[in-house]
Amino acid sequence: MKTAVIVFPASNCDRDAAVALEQATGKKPVMVWHQETDLPDTDLIVLPGGFSYGDYLRSGAMAAHSPVMRAVVERAKAGAPVIGICNGFQILTEAGLLPGALLRNAGLDFVCRMTTLTVENSQSMFTSGFTKGQYVSFPVAHHDGNYFADDETLNRLEGEGRVAFRYVDNPNGSARNIAGILNDAGNVLGLMPHPERVISPLLGGVDGTLFFMGIVEAAGRKP
Amino acid sequence: MKAKVHITLKPGVLDPQGKAIEGALRGLGFTNASQVRQGKVIELTVDETNAAAARTRVEDMCKRLLANPVMENYDIEILD
Repeated sequence: MKTAVIVFPASNCDRDAAVALEQATGKKPVMVWHQETDLPDTDLIVLPGGFSYGDYLRSGAMAAHSPVMRAVVERAKAGAPVIGICNGFQILTEAGLLPGALLRNAGLDFVCRMTTLTVENSQSMFTSGFTKGQYVSFPVAHHDGNYFADDETLNRLEGEGRVAFRYVDNPNGSARNIAGILNDAGNVLGLMPHPERVISPLLGGVDGTLFFMGIVEAAGRKP
Repeated sequence: MKAKVHITLKPGVLDPQGKAIEGALRGLGFTNASQVRQGKVIELTVDETNAAAARTRVEDMCKRLLANPVMENYDIEILD
């Protein structure tokens, strides 16, 4: 499985994502600088966490208009799997690939701690390694993680099974405890917690390994 | 022409910064201050001589980058 990690100025989880992807796939991902206009042939694109462009204007707003994002949007619309983690999730909403927006945390504080999530949908290509209702532990580290969308959008997300993960103990005020969502075609996932930070007992957990291995296995099953 | 764009959070969107500012104002004795909302102002110059054309350009900028319609409203002022 070939993977790519997009690197924006002030991405800071790009290397963590690369290590996690290499662990799961056995191959180093291609690191793609935001100024690139072409993407390599890849089975999975990851938009990593960080503070791209210093969070200027709105978190993810500048990155969403980077040259490389035109290619990412094109690939995503053609069905390529894309994951946005933390700042990557913010970028996906700003780029219009996922609905809603990530607001300032309700408590105003930057929140950096382990969170427990429930897997709400285990049918997607990103979550089929889990069972529905399973608890997983991924850490969060963000200031703008408060998921917001109007009621109609939230109802649609829930009705269509597009809530992938929910917080057990909501750390940021997110609507309906939403931690991660899917697009309508199911090939784009955005989540605020960081699975790439829990890929070894030395790092405090291995639920991230299960997450990435699940994606690799799902890709292997694909006809 | 010079333009000023006022960007505000939509009514109903939680504004924890506004709430914190309100708390600080009350702490300073401004107990009659309420419903504080924080927004932002962006000033720019557009290379247009006609106010209507300038407004159209800035409107497009707001839609594509300056404001996020999911959570923000904007108001455009064309200055000269």
